[in-house]
Amino acid sequence: MFTHKTLKWAHEGMERWLDRTSKVRNVLGRKNQSACASSVDIKPIYTPDDIKDLDFDASIAYPGEFPFTRGCQDTMYRGKIWTMRMFSGFGSAEDTNKRWHLLLKEGETGLSTAFDFPTLMGYDSDSPKALGECGKCGVAIDTLADFEILTNKIPLDEVTTSMTINPPASVMWAMYIVAAEKQGASCDKIGGTIQNDPLKEFIAQKTFMCPPEPSVKLTSDTIEFGTKYVPKWNTVSIGGYHMREAGATAVQELAFTLADGIAYVQDVIDRKKLDVDAFAPRLSFFFDCHSDFFEEIAKLRAARRMWAKIMRHRFKAKNPHSWRLRFHAQTAGCSLTSQQPYNNVIRTTIEALAGILGGAQSLHTNSLDEVWALPTEFAATIALRTQQILAEETGVTNTIDPLAGSYFVETLTNQMEEKAWEYIEKIDKMGGMLAAVIKGYPQIEIGNAAHEFQKQLDSKEKIMVGLNKYATKQPPIPLLRIDEKLRDEQIKRLHEVKRVRDGRGVAHALNDLRVACQNGKNVMPYVIEAAREYATEQEICDVYREVFGEYRDPAYF
Amino acid sequence: MSPDRKLRILVAKPGLDGHDRGARIIARTYRDAGFEVIYTGLHQTPEQIVNAAIQEDVDLVGFSILSGAHLTLASEIKRLLKEKGADDIPVIGGGIIPDEDIPKLKEIGVKKVFLPGTPLDEIVKWTKKNVRPRR
Repeated sequence: MFTHKTLKWAHEGMERWLDRTSKVRNVLGRKNQSACASSVDIKPIYTPDDIKDLDFDASIAYPGEFPFTRGCQDTMYRGKIWTMRMFSGFGSAEDTNKRWHLLLKEGETGLSTAFDFPTLMGYDSDSPKALGECGKCGVAIDTLADFEILTNKIPLDEVTTSMTINPPASVMWAMYIVAAEKQGASCDKIGGTIQNDPLKEFIAQKTFMCPPEPSVKLTSDTIEFGTKYVPKWNTVSIGGYHMREAGATAVQELAFTLADGIAYVQDVIDRKKLDVDAFAPRLSFFFDCHSDFFEEIAKLRAARRMWAKIMRHRFKAKNPHSWRLRFHAQTAGCSLTSQQPYNNVIRTTIEALAGILGGAQSLHTNSLDEVWALPTEFAATIALRTQQILAEETGVTNTIDPLAGSYFVETLTNQMEEKAWEYIEKIDKMGGMLAAVIKGYPQIEIGNAAHEFQKQLDSKEKIMVGLNKYATKQPPIPLLRIDEKLRDEQIKRLHEVKRVRDGRGVAHALNDLRVACQNGKNVMPYVIEAAREYATEQEICDVYREVFGEYRDPAYF
Repeated sequence: MSPDRKLRILVAKPGLDGHDRGARIIARTYRDAGFEVIYTGLHQTPEQIVNAAIQEDVDLVGFSILSGAHLTLASEIKRLLKEKGADDIPVIGGGIIPDEDIPKLKEIGVKKVFLPGTPLDEIVKWTKKNVRPRR
């Protein structure tokens, strides 16, 4: 990248600088500070020498071009601002529908659904397992009837919707497809994302249902179905977010996410015999934006470059759309503090900026109170305004990949990539991510990092303001509380739906689904029929559990 | 059993909440502090937790809940312990618990609540000071 003369000057200058600063102990002796588990050592200064071997064409290039380091689209935010997609859902379908309309009115540009734990785990609201959890961490959905209320007066052929749902992803997607169809929006018109990434559930988020192997099979079913019938849908959002929140370092997040992606691509190729270019363009990703600003940007740039190489070289994809990594980003929930919660607005702003400079396609910004509960209207609006201010006031969207060429950011991008490849090679040697997950390898690695970070916080080697430094107590903030009565009302509606639906139609649909599962067929057409008959989420998931078995937490610690 | 035998502690994750970062760190911390730790793993009903506590003959049950279901699940754990004649096993908890709920948990019979940001050492010290082998 540089002439010999420049490099010579850089060398000489560095020697002079080191000579001057070596006497100032604080500059070189101070440890790196950031409020997350660090991945690499950071130097106090970088020069052309650090990136002298970097090849512009091969490693940086232009946005929308291999290896996509600078962005997955040609024009990035000059063409279109990222989708402002606030993860949102609480209480009943009515409550959430109301919040969605509010957020859309306030300028949100895409929807994102938070489901409650029973829904995430494939249980109905009247299950004994749902005790205390109904509507708490998201919206309670039992049948298509709830889904129709949830999407009431939301134009599903215009707005794209993301659904954070994993083991029952096929079920929620089926309900969405039928709800859209009832609005007059056919399969080929609707757009959105189902998270549908079971491997990271075993690793980190821990909403699991069936064992790893059939779980991956269900994901491949949805990828195949989407490829054929729902072409605008992202059938999987391969996520690192949850691993990071569970304590992973940036490198672990990067490596494990891409290794999960490799596992899904391989499974679809092997199981479905689909050409890689037929489905790979619809794969999408989900990353955390944590507190170490430059490390996050480097991670996101490295992710694009690595995925491009994986798709082009490992899977021999020919379509450039298969090479590009598109991703949703969310600011780091685990970087927020319950103490002095207003500080969380500042943290979220900086993390969101990292996501933007890292080239996110859509973004969720956490609300200041999200460390306590689902956000109030007030807090959710500030979080949305944070994105709007960044987009419309700061000028950061004017130049694509503005940090390219920075000695530091390019070096860090290279380092993230190198270290992540080491992990991926290790996982390959274990037989791929599915085998590694069954062995508990990423689970234990992340547990180690989380434990280490906690010890560093306790010893004040790592600082979180308001938590282990400047910890003045502040009065509590108002929180959104979910009424315990919600469960009774939800159960009432569920029982009413069960009473009026065609019981024989449901039984038929569930039986057809069972046979399809037993015969290894793609489940999607059968789940859609069951959803249409108002089969409950749990009735459908019970078929999965019956045929594929249930996964129990191995309780690694 | 000798009074200075190792404390046996059940670290429990009641409900469907999948956030186990805290519970696993606490389990490791207790193990490193020399206690015997039984970790239930995720997605346990109060019934399963109470049965495990009795079968494993533990000296302490510590639950971790981040989903907001703490009042319901903690009362159920306490109720079942009482019903099964094991009410002498102390129960403590931690997680995302609003300040106003702490007196309610105490009223239910939860002996101590640890909030996010508590140094691990403080939890170990409290446990050594306040929990004794039951027999």
